[in-house]
Amino acid sequence: MTAEPDGPEDRLRRFATIWSRAVFPVTSTSLTRPEFEQQLVPLARRLSDALRARTFEASEGQAVGAALVAAHCTDPEALSRALDCVDAYLVLYCGEDGPQEALRTRSARLQHAIAAGFAQALRERTLAEQEAISQAALNARSAVAEALHASEARFRAVFEGAAIGIGIADLEGNVLQVNGALLRMFGGSEQSMRGRKVQEWTHPEDAPQVWRLYEELVRGEREHYHVEKAFYRPDGTALWTNLTVSLLRDADGEPQYQLALMEDTTERRLLNLRLRYEATHDALTGLPNRTLFFERLEKALSAGEGQRFGLCYLDLDGFKTINDSLGHAAGDRLLVEVADRLQSCATAPGEMVARLGGDEFVALTTGLDTEREVDALADRIMNALITPVRIDGRELTVRGSIGIVEGPAGERGPAEVLRSADITMYRAKSAGGNRFELADPEADARAITRHGLTTALPAALDRGEFFIEYQPLVHLGDGSVRGAEALVRWLHPQHGVLGPDRFIPLAEHTGLIVPLGRWVLEQSVRQARAWQERHANAGPLRINVNLSPCQLTHPGLVQDTVDILEREGLDADALCLEVTESALIGADDDLLKPLRRLAEMGVDIALDDFGTGYSNLANLRRLPVSILKLDRSFTQGMQQFPADPVDLKIVEGIVSLAHSLDLAVTVEGVETGAQAEQLRILGCDTAQGWYYARPGPPDRLHELALVDATG
Amino acid sequence: MERPAWAPRNIDISVPSVSRMYDYYLGGSHNFEVDREAARKAMEFMPGLPKIMQANRAFMRRAVRYAADEGISQFLDIGSGIPTFGNVHEVAQAARPGAHVVYVDHDPVAVAHSQAVLRGNEDADVVAADLLKPQEILASPQVQRLIDLNRPIALLLVAILHFVEDADDPYGAVAELRDALAPGSLLVVTHASYEGIPLPPERAEGAVDVYKNIRNPLIMRSREEIARFFEGYDMVEPGLVPMPNWRPDTALEDEDPYSFSGFAGVGRTA
Repeated sequence: MTAEPDGPEDRLRRFATIWSRAVFPVTSTSLTRPEFEQQLVPLARRLSDALRARTFEASEGQAVGAALVAAHCTDPEALSRALDCVDAYLVLYCGEDGPQEALRTRSARLQHAIAAGFAQALRERTLAEQEAISQAALNARSAVAEALHASEARFRAVFEGAAIGIGIADLEGNVLQVNGALLRMFGGSEQSMRGRKVQEWTHPEDAPQVWRLYEELVRGEREHYHVEKAFYRPDGTALWTNLTVSLLRDADGEPQYQLALMEDTTERRLLNLRLRYEATHDALTGLPNRTLFFERLEKALSAGEGQRFGLCYLDLDGFKTINDSLGHAAGDRLLVEVADRLQSCATAPGEMVARLGGDEFVALTTGLDTEREVDALADRIMNALITPVRIDGRELTVRGSIGIVEGPAGERGPAEVLRSADITMYRAKSAGGNRFELADPEADARAITRHGLTTALPAALDRGEFFIEYQPLVHLGDGSVRGAEALVRWLHPQHGVLGPDRFIPLAEHTGLIVPLGRWVLEQSVRQARAWQERHANAGPLRINVNLSPCQLTHPGLVQDTVDILEREGLDADALCLEVTESALIGADDDLLKPLRRLAEMGVDIALDDFGTGYSNLANLRRLPVSILKLDRSFTQGMQQFPADPVDLKIVEGIVSLAHSLDLAVTVEGVETGAQAEQLRILGCDTAQGWYYARPGPPDRLHELALVDATG
Repeated sequence: MERPAWAPRNIDISVPSVSRMYDYYLGGSHNFEVDREAARKAMEFMPGLPKIMQANRAFMRRAVRYAADEGISQFLDIGSGIPTFGNVHEVAQAARPGAHVVYVDHDPVAVAHSQAVLRGNEDADVVAADLLKPQEILASPQVQRLIDLNRPIALLLVAILHFVEDADDPYGAVAELRDALAPGSLLVVTHASYEGIPLPPERAEGAVDVYKNIRNPLIMRSREEIARFFEGYDMVEPGLVPMPNWRPDTALEDEDPYSFSGFAGVGRTA
């Protein structure tokens, strides 16, 4: 619609423009002023029409007032300006040529109506918006309440479903709430828990700090504590728990509640106790084992002033024989019976019996008067063993040897005490057994325990504490030195020179024999080579080296031997390896194979200590042996004159048998000229013994050989 | 104990809310006496505050129309407050029927009110979340449902960033949001500043103090500081300017002097 200039439409637009300019600054609309003016045009038209209508409708004014509110003219100033504008310009611009007085009246009535319509609409809008925002606040609150409810439901689910026991009490100790897990742990009902006081839950096994920590917590001096605590269940049994108690404070930091979280450790504790029992007791006899015994001994030895201890170390005499002849099951039953008897000997407080292993037992007594008590204890033990033990219908006589150590606490450590007891027990045993001996510091110092030597062995090899002595092998026919047997010695830093019988069994036991044996072979072969160089004219000097059973089964034996011979440049036939007869008893082909290979290479194999085992003469044929070494027991009978005729017959028979099998015969232990002569007559080939020379350093042999050569 | 993420904060309507104060400035009645009291106190220092709010609304309206003209039909309005009138969804859906709008506010009452206003509008929704946790906003079911982050969107941060203190790293939060937007997206920002306020700074500080007292400090930033929110974006003409100066529809002489307080700008990501 185009408005002709100054026509009614144009004048209406100009009225709307004036109106919008007046009101726009006080509106809060986000429209631009021209846009706002466009909103006013229809309102202006309604006013204009109402002004000139045939019948006057004041309600048109009310509608315009309401429309102003809808257009966000909510500021009262907007109404005031709108009314000013209508008052001043409506008749002027929209009255056309009507009767001025009547138009002014109508304008005034329209203004009243606009004001009323505005007020009405503003009131409704205000109420509606207040209602809306209140509703929004309510909705938001109920959303929060729902969320809180959901969160509480979750927490309750956590609380109820937790595997851990949870309880809440106030600071006076009144139990307020407990969860299902806690009830199950205690085995009680919720009623039985509610109203109880935390302080009632004492238990004799409460650690001393438990209730001090509790007091600190409820006083607000401590935020939490963690203890292991026992509780009584209603049925009187103990519930063990890992207990964590925390202090709960309110928003202002004031202590409010105490929260207990507990984990049932009863089962675990029982299991631990059982494991501990198993770890500290001997499965066969049920006696305390070495571990527990050492704990107790340690405790006894670190006891206070005036306290003493007494220790009996018992080893059964001849138990090995029983085990070997009647079998392990019988041996075990014997041990159980002995254990029971020992147990009944040590029933007083401060006494205990333990099994250290094998047939070794200990009894310990502690207190102030152990000097007297330990003797009584040893007597009781000896008496307890007197009655024979009946096993499988046999009456077995049990004897034992006891070493006693007694002394004040605080002077020696457990290992030292036990070593002393062990030494003393061996003293009792070597004195014939079935007795007890009292420890004696001097005897201790002299005695060398197997234990001490065993542990010192590896380091001894590293430190070069071993050396080799050589005992000449003499040809009986012409008395010439033909070689020597290498004999290993240990120069022990405390105990001096030890012979092989003292440490070879230990080395066999620990496996150290393999490196030690290799070292001996290496040294001996090197020595033999040196002799050959210095002594080329005296014929080949042979070297005899002992092989222990353990070395025999070692897979590296052949290769090691070959390597050593090659490295040192010695011919294989200059080496003789001595193997004891007992090591070859019942030997199968697998065991003999390495010996055969060595024999094929030219190494002589000598059967050592022949005649001491169950000499299986038939077996001799299949052994790769070229020399028999007769045990010294056969030659002892020839030391006197005239010689024992039986011995003579035996040796003669063996020599003849050996020779018929193409074996040479060497005799050991030749101590007199008469012996040597007898053996020569009997046809023995070679001999060794003190008559010729004791074992000695390598240079001695060199000298002897030299004498031969020049003599 | 720290409040778990899923438990909303409690609602205390005895504490003034900036959303409801904003409504009061705009002549609305979606407010309580505490809000009006605080707003009236601020107006004692700066009587023209309502005009600044009005200019904000007017700018937002122009910016939304501009975005719609640029072909954008997804709008994410963070800090939407209490929508009195001339809301983004009204303007946007008028310009582009079917445009999708998601409002975000951390004021639970504002969110509840928005839910009431938007009931029945399939294309608009509201999320209760915090600007400082952009991933929560972007991962919300409402955003997932209505906004396709692979296509350009208009991100509106109108009159919100000046309520975030530097200690809370508003730049980091905005950067995280910027990084989530597809090329062609627009970032729409208005921010309070001492620059452009037709009053001596002491007077303006009085109003700032009111916000400090209601524990919603108003952080006045310089133009340069505000420009940093657009890092990496190209400024749409005429750049970062007083609100009425941004692509005005009408002559500036109609504008109230207060409406030139602070800055407005739109940035576009390449």
